[in-house]
Order: sequence, then C-alpha cells, then structure tokens
Amino acid sequence: MPDLLQPFRRLGHAVTERIWRLGFASRFFFALLLQSGTSFRRLHLTLREIYVSGVLSLLIISVSGLFVGLVLGLQGYEILQRFGSPEYLGVMVALSLSRELGPVVAALLFASRAGSSITAEIGLMKATEQLKAMDMMAVDPVARVVAPRFWGGLLAMPLLAALFSALGVLGGWLIGVVFIGVDDGAFWSQMQSSVDFRYDIWNGVIKSFVFGAAVSLIAVFEGYDSLPTAEGVSRAITRTVVTSALAILALDFVLTSFMFRGNS
Amino acid sequence: MLSTPSDEPLVRVDNLFFSYAGRPVLKGINMSIPRGKVVAIMGGSGCGKTTLLRCIGGQLRPSAGAVRINGNEVHKLDRKGLHDFRRKLGMLFQFGALFTDMSVFENVAFPLREHTDLPEEVIRDLVLMKLEAVGLRGSHRLMPAELSGGMARRVALARAVALDPMLIMYDEPFTGLDPIALGVIGQLIRKLNDALGATSIMVTHDVQESLLIVDYIYFVSDGQIVAEGTPDEIRASKDPFVHQFVHAEVQGPVTFDVPAPSVRDEFLGRAVVRA
Repeated sequence: MPDLLQPFRRLGHAVTERIWRLGFASRFFFALLLQSGTSFRRLHLTLREIYVSGVLSLLIISVSGLFVGLVLGLQGYEILQRFGSPEYLGVMVALSLSRELGPVVAALLFASRAGSSITAEIGLMKATEQLKAMDMMAVDPVARVVAPRFWGGLLAMPLLAALFSALGVLGGWLIGVVFIGVDDGAFWSQMQSSVDFRYDIWNGVIKSFVFGAAVSLIAVFEGYDSLPTAEGVSRAITRTVVTSALAILALDFVLTSFMFRGNS
Repeated sequence: MLSTPSDEPLVRVDNLFFSYAGRPVLKGINMSIPRGKVVAIMGGSGCGKTTLLRCIGGQLRPSAGAVRINGNEVHKLDRKGLHDFRRKLGMLFQFGALFTDMSVFENVAFPLREHTDLPEEVIRDLVLMKLEAVGLRGSHRLMPAELSGGMARRVALARAVALDPMLIMYDEPFTGLDPIALGVIGQLIRKLNDALGATSIMVTHDVQESLLIVDYIYFVSDGQIVAEGTPDEIRASKDPFVHQFVHAEVQGPVTFDVPAPSVRDEFLGRAVVRA
C-alpha cells in the first residue's frame, strides 16, 4: 500500500533542512563579523580581494555598462521622440542607470564573475584540505580566508556599479548625441538639473552596497558549506549564482519600495 | 621516585570512543606515545585510524574518553587554548594541502608570518633552512602546481615543522608516492623528528616503509587496538591479524569482501536489494 504521508514527510524534511541551513548561515555571518578584525588590521589581505573581485571584473562591467547605455540611448530616444521630448534622453539614461540598472545589472554580473569565483576558490580549498590545514596551524580560516573575501566583495561592488553607470551614460550620450543628433547641451543640462545626488545617486550607491554584501555573503557561505567533492563544489557555484540573482532582485524590490515613493 | 614531566608520555589516549552519525568508529582506544619517538598507527582502510588522529589533533570531539597532550586534555580546551596547543603541533596531510595560490616559499613562510613578528630577513633564512632540510631549497620559487607528488609532500613537511613543533602528525604520508619518493619521505620523517627533538604520530598502511623508521606500532581494526609492539616484535608476531597485514596475505581474519547475502539468493532474487 502506498505511503500517503510520504510527500508530506519529504516536504517537512525539505523545510526543516532549509531552516537549519538558514540558521547555520546566520551563525556563519556572525562568526564572520566577529573575525573581521584581521581583514582591517592586515589590510593587504582585503586589498588583494578587492583586486581579485573588483579589478578583474572591470572588463565585463565596462563592456556591459557601455552596451546597456547604447541600448538605453536607442530605446529612450525612440520612446521620448513619440512624446516630443528627446532632449530628456540624458535624464532618462542617467536615472535608469543610477537608480536601477547600474546597481542591479552590475550586481548580477558581479555574482556571475566574482561570486562564482569566490565560491569555487573556497570550495576547492575545502576539498583539498587547505582550510583544515590552516585550522591545524592555529589560523582561523574564517578570519584569514573568508572575511577578507567578504569585505573585498562588499567594497568592490559599489565601485563597479558606479563605473557601470558612468559608462552607461557615456553609451547613451554616444548614441543620442553623436549618432542621432540630440542636442549636446540639452542632454547634459537636463541631466544635471533633474538628477538629485542624495535621492537618485546616493540611493543607488546604498543599493549597490546591499547587493555587494548579499552576493559576497552568499558566495563565501556557499564555498565554505560546499561538499568537499568536485560535484559538491560545482553545485555550490550554481547555488551562488542562482541564489544571488534571486536575492538581488528581491532586495531591489524591497529597497526601491522604501527609497523611491514619488517625491523628488 | 616522582616522575618528571619529561618522563610522562607526550600523548595519552584513554578509553576513547567516537561515533559518526550513530555508527561507532572508535571503540575504547587506549594508547600512549612517549616523547621523542615515532609511532605508527596502522590498519586497513576505514578502520578508524584517521579518525583517531583527528581526535588527537582536536579536530573531532570524542563521544567518551580523553586525549591528553603534555598533560592537557585536548577536548576541554577553549578555542584560544586549542589554538595555543596547535601552535606547538605540525601536521602533514595526505596530499600535502599546500595553499595553491602561494609559492613554495610563501607556503613554508605562512605559519611564521601568522604566528611571529620576525623580520623578513629572518623569515627568509628560516624558510630556506627548512626547505634545505627537505632538499628543496632550489625550488622555493615554484608554485604547488609545478611540483610532483613527492616534492609537494616534502614542502608540506617543511611547512609542518616551520615552527619547530613538539608533536608532528602525519596522515598517510606515503600515499601515491613512487618507491624513491616514499623512501625519501620516510627518512625525512625520522631525521626531522630526531633533529627537532619532536614526537611523531604517523597514520599509515604502508607496513614495510614504516617498520624501517618507527619506534612503535599500534594496529587498529574495527575501531579497536588489536596489536602493538616494536618493529622487531611486529615482524616476529604470530598474531593472525598482524601476520596477515605485515605479509599482505589475502586469507586471514581481515576479510576483503563486504558482508552480503549469498550469491544464490542475490541472483535468484530472494534477497532484498536496496538501491
């Protein structure tokens, strides 16, 4: 006779497993914060991670930012022309990038490029017993390996998002002003008068900090918690990219609903 | 006569039990390891010898019993105490566990940089001395990916002794090595132990090499000590387990096959097969 309760048991097991993992991730985060002193006392450890996560992601971020700006320029001009206001192209491009596309797309790219790399590195260190060896040498792997990668990612992310937005604006200007012929003065002056530093730019920066923290935490946690096998590390990398993408989009909705309420 | 601390064994394991997911792995291990000696823990794969080594190093917490090193009970130490204890401990992992993003030099320098404030010139000299001891001073610029298995093991050995530990633990140091590299590592283990005045515990199933270099051997089977003795006693032993292990015999108390239903029942479909 089939066991009718089996699906419920499986569901219950899956739910308790998720809750247990969430609890473990929270404990891991607190341990990471407690062990973060080393990341700042020995700043070269964190600077190295800013280089690995940030500088090595420059190419993909720059090229993507430029292309997103080019597309925004084309689409924006086409739409604004319908309403007879193509001179607002600069405003549209700048607001779209600084408020949303810059932080969100840069974070998605950061999760794919740097997040996956952090997970793979920590996961492989675990699989090859490097973390255990460190622990046996009385060196805490959370302080020496995990925390610098977390802080490096968190600090690199807003810089990458800023670069993404800047190159996006440049792309919009190239299409709008250089190729289509929108007035150069109108493009920049409208942008200057309509984009508010605190409301538009600063909120975008806060978003990119939050996304940087989320992606970096997910990446280091998945690496640290991965099964020490080839398949385990591969699954952890997949989880990093998928969970980060979902977290970025969900956090973006929450932050946008708090930050932008129609008053400028 | 009162015993001085130096007369006491460095490591004492008393009635040690360990279970993993409800399955008993260690079942009442007792052993003592005198100072200055090289002691081997031997046994077949999965008998619990690596678990025992991890309990000694404080990586695993036993379900009962105690491990005392230099008089301190390892599993009662707090995190700081455990770290202080591990600074006096060197460990060689099965495949070396070198840090793959650091050069040979940086790997050996790692414990010195982490635990001392020595000037860079002193660290350089110490690292080159340790590498000289394992015959790899000329390879200090190489990355771990450029080393053979034997070389990587020797670098890991240099790193394990970088802080002149009082206890060195080896987890399967001979695995995957060619006969020459195996002999070199064996001799290094003995020479470094004597030169540093350290004590060594070596988990291995390489009988012939171990008998040449160790002072004492414990045989573990099914989570228990089943035999012990000096290399000469082990060679002369009539104990069926020791005899089978030392002479690599197929027939003996250690069975090769995992228990299973009879072949007849299995293939006629009478046995319950669980995927």
